[in-house]
Amino acid sequence: MADDDLIKLRDIRKVYQMGQEQVHALAGVSATFKRGSFWAVMGASGSGKSTMMNLIGCLDRPTSGTYHLNGRNVGGLSDDELSEIRLQNIGFIFQSFNLIPQLTVLENIELPMFYRGLSPRQSARRAAETADLVGLGDRLRHRPTELSGGQQQRVAIARSLVNDPPLILADEPTGNLDTTTGAQIIELLSRLNDEGKTIIMITHERDIAKHARQSLQMRDGVIDGSGGDGQ
Amino acid sequence: MTGARFIFNIRLGLKDLMLHKGRSMLTSLGVVFGVGSVIAMLSVGEGASEQAMNQIRKLGSNNILLSSQKPADDAGSKRIRRHSMSIYGLRYEDERRIRESYKHVTRTAPAKIFRKPARLGEKKMPLRIVGTTPDWFDLVRRPLIAGRHLNENDQNTHAAVCVLTEHGARKLLANESTLGQSIIVGGDYFRVVGIICSDDSEGAVQTPDMKTDVYMPLSVCRGVFGEAIYIRTSGSHLLERVDLHKIIVEVDAMRHVEGTATAIKAMLKRFHDEEDYHVSIPLALLRQAEASKRTFNIVLGSIAGISLLVGGIGIMNIMLASVTERTREIGIRRAVGAKRSQIVAQFLVETVVLSVMGGLIGILVGVMIPKLITLLTEMPTIVPIYSIVLSVGISMTIGIVFGLYPAIRAAQLDPIEALRHE
Repeated sequence: MADDDLIKLRDIRKVYQMGQEQVHALAGVSATFKRGSFWAVMGASGSGKSTMMNLIGCLDRPTSGTYHLNGRNVGGLSDDELSEIRLQNIGFIFQSFNLIPQLTVLENIELPMFYRGLSPRQSARRAAETADLVGLGDRLRHRPTELSGGQQQRVAIARSLVNDPPLILADEPTGNLDTTTGAQIIELLSRLNDEGKTIIMITHERDIAKHARQSLQMRDGVIDGSGGDGQ
Repeated sequence: MTGARFIFNIRLGLKDLMLHKGRSMLTSLGVVFGVGSVIAMLSVGEGASEQAMNQIRKLGSNNILLSSQKPADDAGSKRIRRHSMSIYGLRYEDERRIRESYKHVTRTAPAKIFRKPARLGEKKMPLRIVGTTPDWFDLVRRPLIAGRHLNENDQNTHAAVCVLTEHGARKLLANESTLGQSIIVGGDYFRVVGIICSDDSEGAVQTPDMKTDVYMPLSVCRGVFGEAIYIRTSGSHLLERVDLHKIIVEVDAMRHVEGTATAIKAMLKRFHDEEDYHVSIPLALLRQAEASKRTFNIVLGSIAGISLLVGGIGIMNIMLASVTERTREIGIRRAVGAKRSQIVAQFLVETVVLSVMGGLIGILVGVMIPKLITLLTEMPTIVPIYSIVLSVGISMTIGIVFGLYPAIRAAQLDPIEALRHE
């Protein structure tokens, strides 16, 4: 049973001090995300969904509560250890793609492998394979700015996959794309889910959310409801 | 693996620097000038001390130079008035004593020096007569151009022969077969047996080897011209008697030079009533050259230091701006899994690449400046190899020292904030 749960959140709270006031970005969130699931996280802005994603993504630490990722309690880890966890376990996809403009497509995809210390030859081969996987095999020498939005997001997806992490966090991956391109990106994510990746995706579009297998609604720092096919 | 990563970091740094070529160039200008002046400084210093060394080599690093000196007027005034002839300076006995009583002294060369008009046919010119012994030519090395030096035989047979310096030979003997002719000095004939190089370098003032010297055996000199020298000055004339104007003392090893000089000074003090002599050591010239080199280094060194400091601060400033500009990139790298230390390494390498590039350009500038100095002022300069190695080291250090703070700033950024940065 424990093996089945990739992410376990228990009573996670995140409190920010804003001047005199305390803001409870997360006011006690408990949730379990199983391996191989595909979640859509929905909610208005300020509902705490981004805070939750940052915590799940090990970019931030909770004020209280426990968080197990892949069976490991990541609550008390150091900055270096969290970096290592991100490197091994998490791939990020952002609304604004977040590619490094000075680097080529290939170099952007290679980036996570660079921090893993792979040899240049190994990482170039692996990056090219991954680029093929997302349909960008012929764009390796291009700069991100020379690509369309959909292509840039594919580069970002390739980058998130290249270290073969179990978990992919997508923050509004279609937010900057037109409907057709957005649909293609969602299709790609569904395919990755079929191949076994656990995907958690923030979106505020119902049309996009329904492509996920499960969905989760957040409001005022708590989970307001969840639904899906219970897979 | 770390090597590959290091190279990747360098490539990354170069790429980013190339993105802002103009900015990078301007930024590294401080290091360019700093390193340039370091090399220029060391080159000028090296040239100066090499020049001093050459001078010393010419004067003989193992030599002690003694010269006669007219005592101060008030000290010797009485005697000068009474005899209307001033007698002072080094004596023949001094030379003998020095030659015979110091174990480190290997040779001595005495010289009697005075001016006389000389002529050959229609050509006339005043010459400086140097009456000396054959050893002189061993102690003051001057290449022969033609003929031979004076030798023992000339000395023993009181031969009326002389050796001219090149300059004098040109003036007196021009176009005529040089050797074997006789020039008239005073009223006597002297056969020219050799011609030696003139000493054109400065600092040769110490040796009685001006451009138009004529050398003849000391014994001949004494016999022909006598001991007293008649000096005519405007309105008055003066009779002087000086046995020897110069004595060059050769010591067996450089480490004995100073000790022997001190002993000779003590001896002279005992035998002379007044201080009518001067003892100098070429080795002291080196000490002097080194002292002035040190002063020079302090001045140029502080200029170099200041421009390197300013250059370093400029680099730091630009790197801080770069960190702000690339906040989002830093956020991406952190999200993807970069550790803080890896961000530090990236920016540090970039700063070092920037400063070393500046350093390399600075080396070019620094090699050119001494060439220019030599061209314009004829001051000798030598670019020492170690100065180039030092410059690379300095520019790397600048990069590390001034890159550390921006790099740490970059690494301390909160990844979430950084990712949100526009």
